[in-house]
Amino acid sequence: MKKPIINLSSLSQKYFMALAGMFLMLFLVSHLITNLLLLAGDGGTAFRNAVNFLTENPVIKITEYVLFAAFLVHIILGVLLQIHNYYARPVKYRTPLKTETSAFSRYMFHTGVIIFIFLVIHLVNFFFIRLGIIPVPEYAADRHDFYPIAVVLFQNPWYSLLYIVSFVFLGFHLKHAFQSAFQSLGLNHTKYTPAIKVIGTIYAIVISVGFSVIPLYFLFFHTG
Amino acid sequence: MDFTLKIWRQENASSKGSFKTYPLKDVSPEMSFLEMLDYLNNQLISKGEEPVTFEHDCREGICGTCGLYINGRPHGPARNTTTCELHMREFKDGATIVVEPWRASAFPVIKDLAVDRSSFERIMQAGGFVNVNVGTAPDANAIPIGKLIADKVFDAATCIGCGACVAACKNSSAMLFAAAKIAQYAMIPQGQVEAKERVDKMVKQMDAEGFGFCSNTYGCEFDCPKGISVDFIALMNREFFSSKVCKHKE
Repeated sequence: MKKPIINLSSLSQKYFMALAGMFLMLFLVSHLITNLLLLAGDGGTAFRNAVNFLTENPVIKITEYVLFAAFLVHIILGVLLQIHNYYARPVKYRTPLKTETSAFSRYMFHTGVIIFIFLVIHLVNFFFIRLGIIPVPEYAADRHDFYPIAVVLFQNPWYSLLYIVSFVFLGFHLKHAFQSAFQSLGLNHTKYTPAIKVIGTIYAIVISVGFSVIPLYFLFFHTG
Repeated sequence: MDFTLKIWRQENASSKGSFKTYPLKDVSPEMSFLEMLDYLNNQLISKGEEPVTFEHDCREGICGTCGLYINGRPHGPARNTTTCELHMREFKDGATIVVEPWRASAFPVIKDLAVDRSSFERIMQAGGFVNVNVGTAPDANAIPIGKLIADKVFDAATCIGCGACVAACKNSSAMLFAAAKIAQYAMIPQGQVEAKERVDKMVKQMDAEGFGFCSNTYGCEFDCPKGISVDFIALMNREFFSSKVCKHKE
């Protein structure tokens, strides 16, 4: 394949991919902080207050559109990248490539697909209810009342398992993504790059473990 | 030493190609990989068979002409080593060695193990040069350049354009090659005149040749026979960004 699918150079695509990814990484932090309020043990008051604040704040509403754009750009560029790279080696090696690279970096597309599947399920469970596409379940007060929906979902072991598995794969994705975004943006430094790699690993673990403790809490410790 | 060689044989660019197995006896551990292939070819010629086509020139690791995909690694199992400087002592006696050409749509096979790497030449023609006045050689010290920068520039300039970065990349991306060639001019005053145009044109040409896009797996750095660092790819990304943001109007 000689012609790229969209008229953007390889490096421009790399920049947009990294910028979108970085925005999504910031979003994950804010999402984790909100979700951890579920563990407050106050019957969801703190979590409800946070959700109300986020759904009513005009700045957040604008940021939400940026978030959609970031998701779209990141997903579309990721798929195009995979297609382009497939055609860059039409005749494959007969002996598998033994060049040492990290498995996290090799399977970015695969972990991305798993995260995408989770994202769709997640949107159906929460966001579509908020939009009114899916009717509000009878145990929730209104379409912004996520707390009872979360509790019911997390008390289902299969949903919780799916949730945890998704976040483990998200952790794998982020392990490579964090330092990769800096490299793509050209932010590379002899002194700081090793630190960025360590911070990236910590970030991936915090996100992965942070989100995973929530279903574990509702499965094993939540009463009432 | 005795080996079983599984070598990719392909008549020409349009034919399909397949592996052919050659048992080879009494190989000296001191032989280079290319000498071992010469030894095989002599036997094939004396038997009236077609010798294996492979590329080579200097045989001292500085020209970038040789390059074979050996047992799943560009330039074979030794790090920072070109195929010509790889010795048979790196392999176990009695081992099976699988040899393939570089595989990328931008590197079509010419015959057997030889691939057409003129795509690299076209990337260089797009911007991998500096314009200088003809005449007597300029004074070597007219433009002072610090030792650290000079060393770094030399690190980039050691790229021999062999294509191992493309061969080692799961995406067949030529970013390490392009980055090394851009970086060697970007860091010194002599390269500044064409700097913004250079990165733009070379990246455009690289894309037009059909190389894959980089996903920062860093396999290129691992298998580069000159140990060129992916730091230069970050430098190229910075250069590219500044060429887009601070574009010169002409």
